[in-house]
Amino acid sequence: MGKSKKAMLLSVFLWGGGQFFVCRQKVKGLILFLIQILFIGIELRTGYWIEYFCGLVPKFSLRLHGGFFTKGIWGLITLGEKAGARNGDHSTILLVGGIITVLVLLLFLMIYIWNIKDAYQTGKKIDSEGIYVSTKEYLKTTYTKFFPFIILSPIILLILFIIVMPIIFSILTAFTNYNKNHLPPAALVDWVGFNNFIKLFKVPIWSNTFLSVLLWTLIWAVCSTFSTYFMGMLQAVLLNSKFVKHKSLYRSIMILPWAIPQMISLLVFKNLLNGQFGPLGQLLIKLGLTDQRIPFLTDPLLAKITIILVNLWMGFPMFMIMIQGILSNIDKGLYEAAEIDGAGSYHIFRKITLPLVFKATGPLLVMNFAGNFNGFGAIYFLTEGGPVNPNYQLAGDTDILISWIYKLTLNHQIYDMAAVMCIILFILIAVVSYWNFKRTNAFKEV
Amino acid sequence: MKRKIKAFLVNLELIIVCIIVIIPVIWIVMSSFNKGKGLMSSTLLPKHVTLENYFNLFKNTDYLIWFKNSLSIALLNAFVSVILIMVTAWVVSRFNFKGRKAGLMTMLILSMFPSFLSMTAIYTLFMTFGLNKSVLSLVLVYSAGAIPYNVWLVKGYLDGIPMSLDEAAYIDGSSKLNTFFKIIIPMSTPIIVFCAVSQFMTPWMDYILPNLLYTGESTRTIAVGLYTMIAGNETANFTEFASGTVLIAVPITILYLLFQKYLVEGIAAGANKG
Repeated sequence: MGKSKKAMLLSVFLWGGGQFFVCRQKVKGLILFLIQILFIGIELRTGYWIEYFCGLVPKFSLRLHGGFFTKGIWGLITLGEKAGARNGDHSTILLVGGIITVLVLLLFLMIYIWNIKDAYQTGKKIDSEGIYVSTKEYLKTTYTKFFPFIILSPIILLILFIIVMPIIFSILTAFTNYNKNHLPPAALVDWVGFNNFIKLFKVPIWSNTFLSVLLWTLIWAVCSTFSTYFMGMLQAVLLNSKFVKHKSLYRSIMILPWAIPQMISLLVFKNLLNGQFGPLGQLLIKLGLTDQRIPFLTDPLLAKITIILVNLWMGFPMFMIMIQGILSNIDKGLYEAAEIDGAGSYHIFRKITLPLVFKATGPLLVMNFAGNFNGFGAIYFLTEGGPVNPNYQLAGDTDILISWIYKLTLNHQIYDMAAVMCIILFILIAVVSYWNFKRTNAFKEV
Repeated sequence: MKRKIKAFLVNLELIIVCIIVIIPVIWIVMSSFNKGKGLMSSTLLPKHVTLENYFNLFKNTDYLIWFKNSLSIALLNAFVSVILIMVTAWVVSRFNFKGRKAGLMTMLILSMFPSFLSMTAIYTLFMTFGLNKSVLSLVLVYSAGAIPYNVWLVKGYLDGIPMSLDEAAYIDGSSKLNTFFKIIIPMSTPIIVFCAVSQFMTPWMDYILPNLLYTGESTRTIAVGLYTMIAGNETANFTEFASGTVLIAVPITILYLLFQKYLVEGIAAGANKG
């Protein structure tokens, strides 16, 4: 038997064993062994295994006596067995704990597999070349080879636990009955498979609400993106025209909505357009343009239009500034050549300016579009999704998917259906963004 | 003649847009100096100018505590985020390793997952580690959330710094980290300013996260405080709310305008890759 096989077999049972005994890499072997001790130690320290093997625990159950890993897996599978606030199981904590356990287990598994692979490869090198590499020399080459991973490991861990873990939690919630009828710790949550998805498409009030909200979400995303984009472009082109004298004055005023914090602008507009006391409505009455109060934010259709217009007010300056920057970079020679050829200003705009601006802003436009699907602020702070529509399941006329999800989770505690919606919304956004990133150069050159 | 009409129309449009832009701004500023409490009494041109609302704001609410909370979160967030973003972007830009492209793309797309439900999980996580009452909890979430997009932006910027500079440093015997601090960091000041300013800005007006993760009277941030002030009874406390708003919006707006150049460059950096 060659050293490679021997080392590998040893490492399968005793982490780092192959490296330590066969390949003469004492320190490396010891470190790997310590990781194995740590792995077993965590399980033993947090559980009651030793007591169990000494016969001190008569009725052993994973629920009460399992360690970090076994109890975590048990929790993830069962989501708790005993309800009640006192001594009962808390299903969501068990779910979160279970996911964390699986992630930590995966980390250990990765080290374990690497440990076996490394034992095999180091042994093979000794078999074929007869050279023993000391841990010190080994570390030197590894440091260069694995430098990116070594530096990034804390950041990867942060992302794993703060971004990935919660996403897994949200996705798994869609397959449970976690809602106001099953609220831990008083009640237990259970796995229900695809029931929630079936409910969304089979129960009329859910499917009708979902389709209406989805339709408005799409309209909102398209309108808000394109209205701000073209308004921004129009202002940029006008500011660039030779007829304008006080460019910087106009510009510094128009830049204001971009600089003022969004939430403040939205709350100001909410009050400005208040149907009962709002100054704008009163002004219109005083001017004699209308004889009754205008329900800017409480009439279904009018509220939708208002939201898009307010969003236009807030959003166009960013595109204006951006497109202005692009316009100033366009080669003046292009315009002169076109003028010599007798092209009118409209033609110059269509054939030169527009394509160049589109090319430069395309990816950002799509990103903005994807972002508007998640454009929670504009809806929530202006109308809170209202006016309430009695035909909808807990949604208002101006609710988009994300604000509906917010209501379902925070106001109505229907987490399971909200999770289903999260998944669908995410798929929509992900497809658009993936397509966008794929076709931009930024990712072609990586 | 035609030229004159054109010039007139162009200027007219710009003036109208400017007026539409500025009226809500003037209105809220004027409201904050208005006598009387309610929305009814806040007119564009106040009849009685007074500073009463500002005094009331400090007397009736914990505005200073809110401000202090927000400021400490914002400062810490800018600091932590910039370090994480710069290191990650540098590694992704300068080293070739397996899963680089796929990893970056996955991160970018994952960061678009709707976050409300995720907050339950994060809350549980922080509770287990006893972090749920600490500033750090918010900062960790903000900075982890900022990594994907900003790394993508900064990576594009760093790709523009010639590799020959790094190589020269390596030949002179400089270590990797030393090269990062001595060469890469000084050459990327504009994009660092962009990241720092935009990360400093985020927490000021974020209502959702602190409301979910950072509960309690003494830990309120400005956004949460202001929102609770008018939530429910928006018409009654309006002028006081207006003064609170103006007080925070003015410095942020000025900061934004001061760093305009960097912020625009940062946005454009995303566009330039198209």
